[in-house]
Amino acid sequence: MADVAIPAAAARPRRRNALLAFCIAQPLGAAGAIAIIVMGAAAIFAERVAPYDPVAIDFGAMLAGPTVDHWFGTDAFGRDILTRVIYGARTALAIGFLSSFLGCTVGAVVGVASAYFGGRTDMVIQRIMDILLSFPIIVLALVVVAMLGRFLVLGVDLNLILAIAIPMLPRVARVVRSSALSIRELPYIDAARVQGFGHARIIFRHMVPNVAAPYLIMFTASIAQAILLEASLSFLGLGVTEPTPAWGLMLSGNASDFYREAPWMILFPGLAISVAVFAFNLFGDSLRDWLDPKFKV
Amino acid sequence: MFVYLVNRVLLMVPTLLGVAVLIFFMLRVVPGDIVEVKLRGDGGNPTQETLDAERKRLGLDRPLVEQFGEWMTGLFTLDLGKSMWTEQPVTDEIALRLELSFEVALMATLIAILIAIPMGTLSALLKDTWIDYAIRIFTIAGLAMPSFWLGMLTIVSLLFFFNWLPPLTYTPIYEDPWNNMAQLFWPALSVGYRYSAVVARMMRSSIIEVLNEDYIRTARAKGVFERLVVMRHAMRNALLPVITVIGLEFAFLIGGLVVTEQVFNLNGIGRLFVQAVGRNDFTLIQGMVMLTAVVFVVTNLAVDMLYAVFDPRIRYR
Repeated sequence: MADVAIPAAAARPRRRNALLAFCIAQPLGAAGAIAIIVMGAAAIFAERVAPYDPVAIDFGAMLAGPTVDHWFGTDAFGRDILTRVIYGARTALAIGFLSSFLGCTVGAVVGVASAYFGGRTDMVIQRIMDILLSFPIIVLALVVVAMLGRFLVLGVDLNLILAIAIPMLPRVARVVRSSALSIRELPYIDAARVQGFGHARIIFRHMVPNVAAPYLIMFTASIAQAILLEASLSFLGLGVTEPTPAWGLMLSGNASDFYREAPWMILFPGLAISVAVFAFNLFGDSLRDWLDPKFKV
Repeated sequence: MFVYLVNRVLLMVPTLLGVAVLIFFMLRVVPGDIVEVKLRGDGGNPTQETLDAERKRLGLDRPLVEQFGEWMTGLFTLDLGKSMWTEQPVTDEIALRLELSFEVALMATLIAILIAIPMGTLSALLKDTWIDYAIRIFTIAGLAMPSFWLGMLTIVSLLFFFNWLPPLTYTPIYEDPWNNMAQLFWPALSVGYRYSAVVARMMRSSIIEVLNEDYIRTARAKGVFERLVVMRHAMRNALLPVITVIGLEFAFLIGGLVVTEQVFNLNGIGRLFVQAVGRNDFTLIQGMVMLTAVVFVVTNLAVDMLYAVFDPRIRYR
């Protein structure tokens, strides 16, 4: 009995300094996390950080290059690009988080349920997931856009969030299912079943908490995907609409007419997308190495 | 081998059928169709009669079952119906643009392979040196940069450094290879960068894994030249997962083309798809989705066949 207590005692200090330990073991991941925190802060405090109003039109300063007044220059309406990049972080992170949360959570529940019930249920669910997996992410997202149209609530297109979440669902479901399959065979699940617990209780109380690691890894990776996908859809004119500041949108419309003469119009929003995706990828990769080195997406 | 092949081809049928059923009902489950976009699009305010008349003309007023029957019977005769917007056969609309997109896709794949295989191998062999770090930064950046932005940067750089822009009109490669390449090389490069990043990462981890195998130690112990160990023993075995990734990325290339064709003003498959979605052109969307699905299953089969070529231990029965 005594040797059971030792690992528990040893685990405690590690737990307390988990943050510090992560930063030391995964410096690149920590760098990614810092970039994410900076972006998050910019998004939350956009009103205080941004020098201008994101939709204020200034015809006196149209297509102006980077100056002391406008660090990143202005666009075809004389709107300050730095301001719009900062506000764009709000759009990107909000849509990225919401759609990843939705896609990963539903995907994880589907994956766990599929593994838990097994048999015919599992087979049917897996066949549907296989069909969804045979589409490139953006193609599936575009099909959902065509299917649902727009549904604006408080300026956020809920259907856009769905369009980004649905392509994630089968990818998360597959990964989570394979983790859940191994958990299903463990004695404590048998124990729960013997005690007469219902399916829902076993799934949500006993299996779901134990697939937390793959879930978290997929979640961070999905945010990077979601930001890229939102930018692509907005760029194609099928995502976020004017005048909401969004990075992908800033690369289309007027920008596509003028960027050859005014490259700063596309340079900074594109850089913002790249840095955001880069940061989440970096953090996600490190999180994977930290939580589960054997895990492969 | 032949029996296996026939089996595999037959197995494609349920998958493709599943896709066909799914896409048909997905598009129709929520109200809203092309007639709305067509007649209300430019601020028009048509009467209910005009809307109904147009629906009737396009056959959208018929019962869903009847429309579905037409879609299914059409599929078996390779007739995808007519585009609801241009009213040309969907197969013609696709055929018109397939050549261009296919050429870009092939070039992107070639670029990706030429960059990724040597880079991934080098990165693995020189693990944890500055060359490895440089290559890894190059590949991670490739995953983060959106290909449409890369395309725009390419155009700006060409203009700035060479005061030159790619030609705007498409000429088939058999008519004017120079003009054709001058136009299509750049979009292929934009798509190919991301592609090569994915493949190079796989190549690196695959080589690292293989280098730990017993047979590599055996080869080295026998005194085989290191170059031969890498080329013949390591690379050949490491290539299998890499081929899978190349195949998967190729099947999904349309995703990259959707945005890149927009930047380079190319009239290809990706552009057609975006237009179809913007217009709610159901028949055209269905046709494009079927095309994507066919490319996916055929590429998967080709990858499995390639396994047997690269690894003689794999035999299909």
